[in-house]
Amino acid sequence: MSATIDDIRVTLNGEPHCVPYGCTLAGLITAIDLDVRKIAVERNREIVPRSTYADVTLAPGDTLEIVHFIGGG
Amino acid sequence: MDGHSPAADQWSVAGRRFDSRLIVGTGKYVDLPTTAAAIAASGAQIVTVAVRRVNLSDRNAPMLQDFVSPADYTYLPNTAGCFTAEDAVRTLRLAREAGGWNLVKLEVLGPAPTLYPDMPATFEAAKALIADGFDVMVYCADDPIAAKRLEEMGCVAIMPLGAPIGSGLGVQNPLMIQQIIEAAQVPVLVDAGVGTATDAAFAMELGCDAVLVNSAIAHAQDPVLMAAAMKAAVQAGRLAFRAGRMPRRTAANPSSPTTGLIR
Repeated sequence: MSATIDDIRVTLNGEPHCVPYGCTLAGLITAIDLDVRKIAVERNREIVPRSTYADVTLAPGDTLEIVHFIGGG
Repeated sequence: MDGHSPAADQWSVAGRRFDSRLIVGTGKYVDLPTTAAAIAASGAQIVTVAVRRVNLSDRNAPMLQDFVSPADYTYLPNTAGCFTAEDAVRTLRLAREAGGWNLVKLEVLGPAPTLYPDMPATFEAAKALIADGFDVMVYCADDPIAAKRLEEMGCVAIMPLGAPIGSGLGVQNPLMIQQIIEAAQVPVLVDAGVGTATDAAFAMELGCDAVLVNSAIAHAQDPVLMAAAMKAAVQAGRLAFRAGRMPRRTAANPSSPTTGLIR
């Protein structure tokens, strides 16, 4: 993703990622096309409740982990 | 009244009731359709799942939930891959947010080649999870003292290993598994080590409430057939336990009458 002056940099699942300034967590999840019903998000090591995704504005340097269920024993 | 139907012999964990005494893992299968078919054949109602990062480079990759629906099965999130109590707690908090369930499988492992349960770290994680409102089914060593302590802490099920994870060596320490069962007031499950149907039946004959199987099904040459075998084995083992086996004898005892023989 190419950076513009209005972009901020976050770390998403260990990789650098650019999002527009003012982007919310809900906006990011929509942009990367994930089904919110199947994921959980941690922001700077704090769980973000699903009901609050639209209220969380991403800040420069945020570290995000987005996880889901996979096969396991 | 005490019929042979599973419905007449339910078991419960943390207030949830189940007919099937076989819990299956969803890992190690060649693909998700095979996973779904094997799990359906197993008759399991609870499936273990792992929590991992979403693959952002291939977001069209098939997802477990599309093949094994949480609407059809009780998801039991695990802490596989966690080697510290902190990682285990963090993982299960994410699992709870992803799924909305608080019934979880705690496993904190030591390093390869044994991957043996790290009991000090398991105690630490169990304490934190119970304080945070989780119902913890705990993978543990085949150690009756540790098992009882986990129960006293508030774990809802005790799950000693039968043999090392993925080894398929069967129940290596039946005496201690039996001691754990006899002392426990919560369900005891053999988790890890089952290799084939006899191992599952044997665990149930010892008096386990249920058995957890993954590799033995996923790595069978025909996983769907082995899943059906495990279902039958768990049912057979349970029935045999309830029936109460005959006493062992060191000498033969004829099965046919010794009187009325023709002369």
